[in-house]
Amino acid sequence: MAIIELEHLTKRYDDLVAVDDLSLNIEDGEFFGLLGPNGAGKTTTLMMLTTLLRPTSGHARVNGCDSVRQALSVRRNIGIVFQDPSSDDTLTGYENLKLHGLLYAMPAALREQRIAEVLELVDLTDRKDTIVKHYSGGMRRRLELARGLMHRPKVLFLDEPTLGLDPQSREHIWAYVERMVEEEKTTVVLTTHYMEEADRLCDRLAIIDHGRIVALDTPGNLKRVVGGDVVTLTVQSPNLDAVRALGVVEKVEQRGHIVHLTLPDAKSRLAGILQAIGDVDSVEVHPASLNDVFMHYTGREMREVGEEGGWAQRSMRYRSATK
Amino acid sequence: MGPALDALSLRHEVTGIGAIWYREWKVFLREKSRIVASVVNPFLWLFVFGGGLGRSVSIPGTDYQAFIFPGILGQAALFSSVFFGVYIVWDRKIDFLKEVLVAPITRTSVFLGKMIGGATDSLVQSLILLVLGAVLSRAGWIPGLHLNAEKIVGALLVLSLTTASLVSVGLIIGSWMDSPEGFQLVSSFVLFPTFFLSGALFPIDRLPGWLHWFVLADPLTYSVDALRAVILGASHFPVAVDIGVLAGFLVAVVAIGSWAFKRMTV
Repeated sequence: MAIIELEHLTKRYDDLVAVDDLSLNIEDGEFFGLLGPNGAGKTTTLMMLTTLLRPTSGHARVNGCDSVRQALSVRRNIGIVFQDPSSDDTLTGYENLKLHGLLYAMPAALREQRIAEVLELVDLTDRKDTIVKHYSGGMRRRLELARGLMHRPKVLFLDEPTLGLDPQSREHIWAYVERMVEEEKTTVVLTTHYMEEADRLCDRLAIIDHGRIVALDTPGNLKRVVGGDVVTLTVQSPNLDAVRALGVVEKVEQRGHIVHLTLPDAKSRLAGILQAIGDVDSVEVHPASLNDVFMHYTGREMREVGEEGGWAQRSMRYRSATK
Repeated sequence: MGPALDALSLRHEVTGIGAIWYREWKVFLREKSRIVASVVNPFLWLFVFGGGLGRSVSIPGTDYQAFIFPGILGQAALFSSVFFGVYIVWDRKIDFLKEVLVAPITRTSVFLGKMIGGATDSLVQSLILLVLGAVLSRAGWIPGLHLNAEKIVGALLVLSLTTASLVSVGLIIGSWMDSPEGFQLVSSFVLFPTFFLSGALFPIDRLPGWLHWFVLADPLTYSVDALRAVILGASHFPVAVDIGVLAGFLVAVVAIGSWAFKRMTV
C-alpha cells in the first residue's frame, strides 16, 4: 500500500518552477531517498508533504489524507527533521523536547521516558539543562534529530539530517533510525548529500533535478544502469579513439584532463586501457557508485553542487539573527 | 476544521495550547530585562508627566496622578500586549515557527496558545504595577489613589480582557509581517492613536466633538474607563457597557487572528 502519493505535484514561484509535475508513490514501511543538488526541489517537495506549503497544482497525500484539505490528519502521522535548526535557543535542550512532547500530546510518563531515551541516543543527556544558545552547531543538530524521532511518527521526513555531523554520530543515529524502522515499521523519506548513506539505507531512490524525477529505482538497479566499474583517469592528452577501439568500454566521459570510463570488470582490462590512452598521471578504479549514477543522469557531480550553504553556515546565520 | 472535534482531539488541542503557553512563559522568565523595562516606563509617565502636568490640570473630584493611574495601567498593557506580536515575526525568522506549524494542532490553537502566553506576560507586568502603585500610594506618593486587594483583583479582571484582545491585535499584525522593523512601524501606527484617544491622560468629554467618534471606536477607551470604575469608583460609561464592548472586541480579534494564522506561511 502506498503511504505517500504525489500526483502531478507542482510548485511554481513567479519565475521559477521549483517542483515540476512530480508523480510518485512511496510504499508503507519503505526507506525512500530523494537525491538531487541544492535547488532541485527536494525541500520544497518535503514542505508540501508536511503541509507547510500549498502546492500550485497537483496533490500530495500522506496515509490517504490530502496535505491541503486534511492537513491536520497529515500532521498527526508525520515527523520531520528540518534542514535548518528550528529549536528555540532560549530554552534548554530538555525544555525543547518537553515542548515537543506537549505539542504532540504524548502522555507525561511516555514523554519523559522518550526524552531520556533520545537524549541518550544523541549523547546530550549531561547537557540537557544547558540553554540551546550555548550549544555547538553539532549539538544543536543532534537535538533536532532527537526531537524528530521522539514521538515515533508513522512517516518520518529527514531533510539533510546528518549534515555537519561527524561520522561516528552519523553512524550512531542511523543505527537508531534503522532500529526504529524495524520496530515501528516507520516509513522514512530522506534527502541527503551523502551518497554512501543513501546507498546503504534506502530501499528506493528518486534522483531529482530541476524539480523533476530523472531516475527512480533501487540503489542496486540504478548502479546497474551505469554498469560495472568506473575508471577515473587524469591524462594530459587522452587518446579516446584508441580506448573506444578496444571495444570493452561502455561509456566514455571527458571533462578537461579527467576521463571517466564505465565498463564491466575493469581490473582485468586496465592494462589495455592504460596502454591505449596515453601518458596517465593518475588512475582510480571503483565500482559504480550512486555518485556515478547521479552524474549519468544529470551530467554533474553531486559533490560540486551539493556543499553550498552547509549547516554550519546556516547555524552561524541563525545565531546572528537572534542577537 | 472538518468534522466536529471529538474528545480526544479536543484534549490534544488543549495540551497544544498549553505547550505554546509553556514555551512563552519560560522565555518570559528568562528575559528579565523585558519585565524591568515594562515596569519602569509607566512610572516615568506617572511621576514625570503626571507630576509635572498635574500641577496645571485640575480634574473635578480627584487628583491628576490618581486620575491617570488607571490610564497608565491601560497604556502599559497596550504597549506590552501589542509589541508581543513581534515574537511571531521572530519565531518565523529563527525557523521555530516550522516546529509549531507542523505539529498536529489547529492554527486556532496555535493562535490561542500564543495569545494566552502574551496576555500572561502583560498581566504579570500589570500585577507588578498595581502592587507598586499600592505601596507608593500607601506611602502618600500618589495623592488620591487608594488601592486594596479587591481593587487589584478587579483591575486584573478588566486587564485580562484588555491584554487578551490587544495581544491578538499584535499577533494579527505579526502574522502579516516579515521583518521586526516592519512590525515596529505598523504597530506604532496603531499604538499611538489608540493611546492618545483612549482618555488615558484626560477625561474624554474634553475632546472636541468630531474626535468623539474616534474615542468611541477606540477599544482602550472602554478598558481605561472600566479601570477607573474599579480603582477610582467613577467612570464615563456604565461598567457593563465597558465590559460588553471589550468582550465583543475580544471575540472579533480572536476570530480574525485565527483566520490570519490559518493563512500564515513559514
